[in-house]
Amino acid sequence: MSSVNRKVLPGFSLTLGYSMFYMSMLVLIPVAATFARGASIGWNEFFKTVWSERARSAYAVTFGTSFVAALINVFLGLLIAWVLVRYKFPMKRIFDSLIDVPLALPTSVAGLVYSTLYVESGWLGQYLVPMGIQLVYTRLGIILVLTFIGLPFIVRTVQPVLEDMDPDAEEAAGCLGATRWQTFRHVILPTLYPSLLTGFSLGFARGLGEYGSVVFVSGNLPHKTEIAAVLIVARLEEYAYGEATAIAIVLLVFSFSMLIVINTLESWSKRHHA
Amino acid sequence: MPNVRRAHEDPAWVRGLLIAAAAGVIGILVVVPVVFVFVEALKPGLSVYWNNLFGDPDTWHSIKLTLTVAPVAVVANVIFGIAAAWLIARFRFPGRTVLTTLIDLPFSVSPVVAGLMLVLIFGLSGYLGPALQEDGYRYAPHVVSFAGALLTFVLLSMFRPSRSRKSIVWKLLRPAAAGAAFIVLFGLQVHYEVWPHGESLKIIFATPGLILATAFVTFPFVARELIPIMEAIGDDEDLAAVSLGANGLQMFWRVTLPNIKWGLLYGVILCNARAMGEFGAVYVVSGHVAGQTDTMPLRVEKLFQEYNLPGAFAVASLLTLLALVTLVLKAGLEKKALPKASAKEAG
Repeated sequence: MSSVNRKVLPGFSLTLGYSMFYMSMLVLIPVAATFARGASIGWNEFFKTVWSERARSAYAVTFGTSFVAALINVFLGLLIAWVLVRYKFPMKRIFDSLIDVPLALPTSVAGLVYSTLYVESGWLGQYLVPMGIQLVYTRLGIILVLTFIGLPFIVRTVQPVLEDMDPDAEEAAGCLGATRWQTFRHVILPTLYPSLLTGFSLGFARGLGEYGSVVFVSGNLPHKTEIAAVLIVARLEEYAYGEATAIAIVLLVFSFSMLIVINTLESWSKRHHA
Repeated sequence: MPNVRRAHEDPAWVRGLLIAAAAGVIGILVVVPVVFVFVEALKPGLSVYWNNLFGDPDTWHSIKLTLTVAPVAVVANVIFGIAAAWLIARFRFPGRTVLTTLIDLPFSVSPVVAGLMLVLIFGLSGYLGPALQEDGYRYAPHVVSFAGALLTFVLLSMFRPSRSRKSIVWKLLRPAAAGAAFIVLFGLQVHYEVWPHGESLKIIFATPGLILATAFVTFPFVARELIPIMEAIGDDEDLAAVSLGANGLQMFWRVTLPNIKWGLLYGVILCNARAMGEFGAVYVVSGHVAGQTDTMPLRVEKLFQEYNLPGAFAVASLLTLLALVTLVLKAGLEKKALPKASAKEAG
């Protein structure tokens, strides 16, 4: 079809030209400019900024909280996808739509709400804070909002795989005397691994870059609850563009690797699925 | 038979337990926060709520600014999305996979980093900053004329009759007309002195920067929705239109667009929700001048910092309403946008 299309259908060079032009202007040139700026800092300076004490703890907080949140979401996402696909219950459609709220809700609103819900005088904080669970201005709070932000990613990757799953294998396992748990553990779960891993990476990648919601709940204390994105903004506000760029490049390199990992995982799970 | 049935059905107590657990998770993570926004916003009473939204000139300005920035960014990304989807779904060419991956790139870049990129280019100490500060409109005629030439070229390509693809006249006409458009537009702008001299053009800490940052962050939405839909629909109808003698515009307007319209709307709605709610990227380029460069999400943060919680929640309630409307439309469109595509895929 390919070679025929290019001769018959209009617009190949036009759309190729325009897509490349627009993408270069908006995406590729800014990315290149950032790396060029980073290269002009000089290796020593770059390394000093990137590996400073404050930066290191910012990476640790960013990666740690994103990782834990994505991990929590693997379990929550599997649970919700399972319930949505396998069971019938009233108001299921509304329930299904609610999964997407974190995608549609502006992150600053999420941050605002979570930071006021869990303070000592808040709706939920009044019960949690006396129990010693402090969710605002702590890493726990960052994990909480990142869990909220990342939830749809895993549900929406696992759900279609569960929907398409053939009941034959389960029935065979049942006929051969497996208990329900054994069937789940040895028949259903292995087919879900690729999609769970993809969902995990999507949520993790999203968490790494998240700024809007975290800035409200974390309190942004250097060395404690400061994430990398907040550190970049702090540097920018001090007009330390070089330092901000250096840390941004670390994040960028990591995002690109995540993008490649996610793409590989997606094609793997597609093959696995087929 | 009953035995086989039981093999993929869970016992009632497991079902009940799991449904309750899932409902609990969604309740605490999603429902309580959404309800909380409206309760907090309306707590001081309706008139105070109204006053918080429309009585405060800075808040009112932020609403207007969001309603300016988001549509521009969405329209730009719709044009790109249609072009990219047509390119990727209809043609095979070297670098196609790379292009598809690159479209997703803005999704994985932290919004803050996206904003920083723009500051590094257009900011005062950025690559173009000093030139823009000194004489910001120097290249405005060039840019406008180039856009005009591009538009001429595109329109001519779309009106080109499908039978004349090999004709030498059409091959020469397009570049010639585009060149003429460039020269005429350039001459007109210079002659009538449309652009001021020696004045600075602000991109960062001004509306153009907000638009660029928003467009960057929402860049993949429309293309990502359209590519699978166009692939699923297939190229039969487009090919039929062209072979029956339709030119590019006729084919697009009467065949391609009607086929993808619901999918396109779906993409636009998601893109718009993100554009209006974007915080990180916009935060970096806005400079937070209340009443000038604060969009609604930024206004929420500023009111929160000023301990004006009712005000913050009032603005947040509007944004939440937008999110809920988006979800309702999305749920309605999913049936329309996707079954057609999936039916064709199966067939």
